[in-house]
Amino acid sequence: MITLLKNGRIYDPNSGKDGVVQDIYIKNGRIITKPGATEKITQTYDLTGKVVMAGAIDMHSHIGGGKVNIARMMLPEYQETKKYTEPEAHVCTPSCSHNATPSATDTGFRYIEMGYTAAFEPALMPVNARQTHLEMADMPMIDKGGYAMLGNDDYFLRMLTAKKDQKAINDYVAWILNATQSIGIKVVNPGGINAFKFNQRRLDLDENNSYYQVTPREILKSLSTAVHQLGIAKPLHVHCNNLGAAGNFQTTLGTMGASDGLPMHLTHIQFHSYGIEGDKKFSSAAAQISEALNKNKHITADVGQILFGQTVTASGDNMMQQLNAKHANPKKSVIMDIECDAGCGVVPFRYKDQNYVNALQWAIGLEIFLSVEDPWRIFLTTDHPNGAPFTSYPHLIRLLMDKTFRNEAFAKLNLDAQAMSNLTSLDREYSLNEIAIMTRAGAANLIGLNDRGHLGIGAGADITIYTDNTDREAMFAKPDFVFKDGELVVKEGKVVKVVWGATHVAKPKFDVSVEKDLKDYFDKYHTMQLDSFKIDSDEISSDGRGSIIVHEGKLASQ
Amino acid sequence: MKPSNNTILPIIHCCPACGLLCDDLSVTSTTPVSIKNACSKSIVFFDKALNTPKITPSLGGKSADLTTAIQAAADILGKSYHALFAGLGTEVQGMRAIMRLAVKTNATLDHMYSEGTVRNTLAMQNSGWQTTTLTEIKNRADVILVIGTDIVSSFPRFFEKLVLNTDSLFNKATPEVMYLGLDEEAVKLPEIMNALNALMNAKNPLNKKPDNDMIGGVSVAALKLILEKLKASQYGVVIWSASALKFPQAELTVQSITQLISKLNETNRIAGLPLNSGDGDSSVNNTSTWLSGYPTRNRFINGHPEYDAYHFSTKRQLTSCDALLWISTFNAHLPPICDAPTIVIGHPDMQFEKQPAVFIPVGIPGVDHIGTMFRMDSSVAMPLKKLRETKLPSLSDVISQIEANLP
Repeated sequence: MITLLKNGRIYDPNSGKDGVVQDIYIKNGRIITKPGATEKITQTYDLTGKVVMAGAIDMHSHIGGGKVNIARMMLPEYQETKKYTEPEAHVCTPSCSHNATPSATDTGFRYIEMGYTAAFEPALMPVNARQTHLEMADMPMIDKGGYAMLGNDDYFLRMLTAKKDQKAINDYVAWILNATQSIGIKVVNPGGINAFKFNQRRLDLDENNSYYQVTPREILKSLSTAVHQLGIAKPLHVHCNNLGAAGNFQTTLGTMGASDGLPMHLTHIQFHSYGIEGDKKFSSAAAQISEALNKNKHITADVGQILFGQTVTASGDNMMQQLNAKHANPKKSVIMDIECDAGCGVVPFRYKDQNYVNALQWAIGLEIFLSVEDPWRIFLTTDHPNGAPFTSYPHLIRLLMDKTFRNEAFAKLNLDAQAMSNLTSLDREYSLNEIAIMTRAGAANLIGLNDRGHLGIGAGADITIYTDNTDREAMFAKPDFVFKDGELVVKEGKVVKVVWGATHVAKPKFDVSVEKDLKDYFDKYHTMQLDSFKIDSDEISSDGRGSIIVHEGKLASQ
Repeated sequence: MKPSNNTILPIIHCCPACGLLCDDLSVTSTTPVSIKNACSKSIVFFDKALNTPKITPSLGGKSADLTTAIQAAADILGKSYHALFAGLGTEVQGMRAIMRLAVKTNATLDHMYSEGTVRNTLAMQNSGWQTTTLTEIKNRADVILVIGTDIVSSFPRFFEKLVLNTDSLFNKATPEVMYLGLDEEAVKLPEIMNALNALMNAKNPLNKKPDNDMIGGVSVAALKLILEKLKASQYGVVIWSASALKFPQAELTVQSITQLISKLNETNRIAGLPLNSGDGDSSVNNTSTWLSGYPTRNRFINGHPEYDAYHFSTKRQLTSCDALLWISTFNAHLPPICDAPTIVIGHPDMQFEKQPAVFIPVGIPGVDHIGTMFRMDSSVAMPLKKLRETKLPSLSDVISQIEANLP
């Protein structure tokens, strides 16, 4: 069976193809070279004039696990939000579930309908990993994976305090990746979630956790080194200290230096780019942050754009969410300490364009998008659902690609916020090629998905085909066709075949003797056995739908 | 050594008899059952589980083969317009199958112990809460306030594992434990909790009442002492059992508890722990939530989920449903009396007063087949192991076959 995608305009940044008209051949789920004349083409799609890209990859989206399910449970009223009436309304059908807390099923459907073929849960709590994988297993259509959260667990902090050597740290980090079936490591408010359990309410980059006497900087150094030395492709995923706090851009700038030049990814950086200028003591530090991002080539970032409307923020950062809970809308929040592992905070938010802070947050995110020069190091996210539901990506893409549209939206904002933003002076409009980098090639490259995010020979045939349209929101909201692993799964924005994607994991090697001390720790301090904590591959793949794809680290290819 | 079908080697096992899901049990499948780290609940559970009668499916009390029984169940559900799926004593894998069947049959879903769950859910949906989990309690709790329950009757090893433990990460002392509203005193909890909240406000006139004045049967002095101890704690924990609050609008009392916790957290670290009731209630609630977007009680209409914690209760639906599917795999809990055709799938040891239209005995999760279960604190999902070879099908197999055989 060979499928031919004929005459499409290819946007494939990996091969430098920027709108080149070319045919693509698919066989057994992979892109192949042009077959010989004797081989039969089973199906041909005439894509003349159509835009062809690899399936999009969301490298940071809270799609499953404890805090997401708490958000669903706490907010049944969201499920009934069938239509957005916000000014930022996206293309929406009468029965759509374009809300902040879609079920696992809807999550998969909404993603594939937009041409996304993979999404990564960035805050997989090791002790809650089984739930996260259960939810992701029930998510049809797309590939998925998770970044395991470390750096607030008492086991790791004890190691730091005891000055364990880097090899011991590396073994533990590698063990966690294996035990939790994850592809990357994340740290949330380094040391802060733990410090909150000792009643510390804020933690700065060089401030000690009062019990362990270690700083966030030391945690970042230790974990970024471990990730690097283990050869894990995905750089340490960092949610900085002081999320959401005015003046936090200094923490963010400091964090960029905490890894001594080793790669780190700073996530939802918009929430960490706030100054204290102006009457309201809240200002944009997008210029300083963007400048630093441009200079520091070892740092990548995703934006975490906010868009106006109702959403919910679900974070591991219970320390900062406890402070944010006073802004909850509707007025409720769940704050949890979890298993000497981490925590979570779920706080509903309604971002309003007439609110000074919200309006400026909107502008700050866009300022960063437009000021960071290298599209390979900045990624398109709303930190779903924290800044906005992922279903608003097409709208965000239009804001980036269409200056007139952007400036019209800006003109409707709170006037004080307008006065504090230089957004209208930024003339940049993202090109289709740059969008393809941010949402495909760059994301795959960042996570280490070698056969995704591009259209080269041998790539997995995750392919999205759009009708070119100057209304980029309409264009990206409803692709003509989406292929997942070579199968046509979406036609004219509707799912025509249900498939089950794979789970991407990294399994670096480790010294098995690491389990001796871990077992002792579990037996003494935990409430479950070490063996119950570990997730067997069969748990993900034995249901006949799920499968695991193991990615070799950078070391393997050296 | 010759492998034996009838293994007597003890295996380290996870026990689904209560929400603690202790996984340090060592169980042999011999008779009498031998369990290391047993408790009153696990002994009863495994003893019943390993001594189930060998029975076949039945139709109206008459023995039938599995295929016939499955077809009979499919026929009943295929004809129904608003079936009620109740009991729901199952784990994650079983619930996944039940949800798929519910989508196909426009069924309403409610767990046998949802009264307590719903009280907690309503409080959480109204104002949220601040909670903690078992390992945090084991290592951090230095003061524990227990409301409406003695805990041990429902969770026999709670104190052994989480309160009287000698090992803890921060070398804390054994926590002081205080109780409020035990047994018949529980009905006074609305008054007591309101008083505690009022006493948190220094300007509230309640603070000027004499120490020996009684509120809900508790002296003002004692209430003040409770607050002082919580305020002086490093990590105080407030534990409540919503199922023990058997009075109208009990969700408001849950909310009163969570508000007190929130208020205390303005200066201290205090966290709550809502207890569950068992028979898979936490597993069912979580699975329903990620699959449909809603916790139970919910239903499907033309594939779309709907949520109504009031109208979709078993009690209300029993009189209007046109078919009842009762599920109870961990224990032999019997279905409620219902005029509609009743299908029972569950524990082989069910002794019916009124024979259901269809009865299909299935394996017990964690005994006859593997499974996945949420612990009482909902943050940890545990793998259940298989303890013995059996011919009993699993619930998810039976449900999937019913789904496949719908007309």
